[in-house]
Amino acid sequence: MKRAIPGLIAIAAIAAFSYFFLHAESQVEVLGLVALAVIGIPILGRFGWIQRASASLDANRAGGRIAITVALLAIVWLFRDQHFAMLMVASVLLYTVACLGLTVQFGYAGVVNFAGAAFLGVGGYTSAVLGAHMPHVLVLAIGGLLAALLGSVLILPILRTRGHYAALITVAFGILFRTFVEVNDALGGPQGLQVKGMNLFGWDLNSPIGEFSFYTNYVLMGLGLSAIAFVLVRRLERSWVGLNLDAVRLDETACAVFGIDVARWKILAFTFGNFFAGVAGAAYAMMTGFVAPNSFTFGDSLIMVSIILLGGLGNAWGVALAAAIVLVLPEKLQALQEYRFLLYAVLVIAILMVRPQGLIPRRAREYFPR
Amino acid sequence: MTLLACTGLTVRFGGLVALDGLDLAVAQGEILGLIGPNGSGKTTFFNVITGIYRASGGEARFGELELTALPPQRIYGAGITRTFQRSRLALPLSVFDNIMIGNHRLLHHGLWFNLFRRNALRAELEQNLHKARELVGTFSRALVDRLFDPVAGLSMIDRRRIEICRALISEPRLLLLDEPSAGMTHEETRELMDDILLVRERLAGLSIVIIEHEMNVIERVSQRCAVLNYGRKIAEGAYAQVAADREVQTAYLGTD
Repeated sequence: MKRAIPGLIAIAAIAAFSYFFLHAESQVEVLGLVALAVIGIPILGRFGWIQRASASLDANRAGGRIAITVALLAIVWLFRDQHFAMLMVASVLLYTVACLGLTVQFGYAGVVNFAGAAFLGVGGYTSAVLGAHMPHVLVLAIGGLLAALLGSVLILPILRTRGHYAALITVAFGILFRTFVEVNDALGGPQGLQVKGMNLFGWDLNSPIGEFSFYTNYVLMGLGLSAIAFVLVRRLERSWVGLNLDAVRLDETACAVFGIDVARWKILAFTFGNFFAGVAGAAYAMMTGFVAPNSFTFGDSLIMVSIILLGGLGNAWGVALAAAIVLVLPEKLQALQEYRFLLYAVLVIAILMVRPQGLIPRRAREYFPR
Repeated sequence: MTLLACTGLTVRFGGLVALDGLDLAVAQGEILGLIGPNGSGKTTFFNVITGIYRASGGEARFGELELTALPPQRIYGAGITRTFQRSRLALPLSVFDNIMIGNHRLLHHGLWFNLFRRNALRAELEQNLHKARELVGTFSRALVDRLFDPVAGLSMIDRRRIEICRALISEPRLLLLDEPSAGMTHEETRELMDDILLVRERLAGLSIVIIEHEMNVIERVSQRCAVLNYGRKIAEGAYAQVAADREVQTAYLGTD
């Protein structure tokens, strides 16, 4: 029990920090909190407190997970009537789902995807078109499947190219997608389409419960989706499939010599990841109530890539943390709003220079950790 | 009994003939030393046998299979594994992960199995963990305790051991060793070769082809030698016999 304390203190501290950060109104407060984190975390690291906390969380995985859920629910409770804060939290959760998909592609199999936003968009437009006609669980699944299917069009050229060239193909696809929906009148052209709010098994997420913001419903839904995505990605990593994906990323020749079918695993990773992006996109569109080509630009894809780089390639917790930083920071620092892409660029360059392994580096695989 | 029979095996890269009509047979259970100067086609031979290079001509029969027509994955499935001259381990992955890459043939790779039949996966894992421990233990007791450490932090000799374990774990019928002594001391090489021979005793009928520049290694372990020069076989026979061969000496030392 005593060993759990450092871990619990860490989670409580992160939760408290998140609370103050979401709560902060004035720019001075926000900047102060950013400075506190930037200066404070390395100091904690120097005194070995971060290591102590992470060792403690390792020893009590279940406890840690419960504590994180409780902390998140506490934040939800504290901000229950504030639309904006709840929208932020839900966005972070849904982006986490999509970026977990990207992690499988890029972090595990090494397949770059600079069209993440396009796959989000496929899900979003699925919601817009099908949302009025069928149960929304089905719409989420179809959004994921369509994204996966459309991704398979890309697979052939990606399998035949490597490195920069494969990256360029995905860039081109992202631009293609945006142009396609922009000129397509059936899909609303540049104005986009309205999307009905989500309704899951009769639970209308757009109607608020009591004093809660209706976005709270979406936070809970996002929490559910990201928990499922999290478990699936973790299990994938901790299996022979995860091993194959790593092997494919690291040495294709060695793979071939030991019977690993490089194409098969790249296809699996790419499809799996796009499915997640599609589901997240479908849910996100239902939450915001509309889709438009401008929400799915190359810049939005870059945001997703910067999230997985910042978090630590291949680390699921890192994705959630980085999604929170990348999405919330520019919203809070109004001065940065105009320059948000500059911020992402600086963040990515800084992380690649100072800490290329990311905020929470991935660790060696343990298949069945105690 | 012949395990591998190559006839007229040829590999050309544009105008360069890397392997020129090679006839070579490997018997079951045999250790064949493959020697020759740099660039004589030894590694090319491994690459064409394992399907990395396409043969420009000739045949390579492995039991019922014609290897020159198969992709590398199928050749591995048929029971041929190899090590590389310059280590090709996945450095960020653990020792166990690297060895399991070599065990691909014997693992279940279905997505459903891996995601949702976790108990069955766990049983398979335990079984293979046991197998890996035993194999690694033959080479180094100390390495058994580091099974879940990343390979990147290990010494040269440990990496070579892991590479050999990766090639042996799936219990192949033919093992191709590409210069196992590279970058190691004589003592380390001797130890490593003894361990390989130990494993061979357990895997009845395992044949080994070994490329080596250390002639004392070849002399000690191989039952028969083939010498390549400019992609052709210039001599074949017991080590003492080929070492005395005039053409072999010329190939290694040049003419005066």
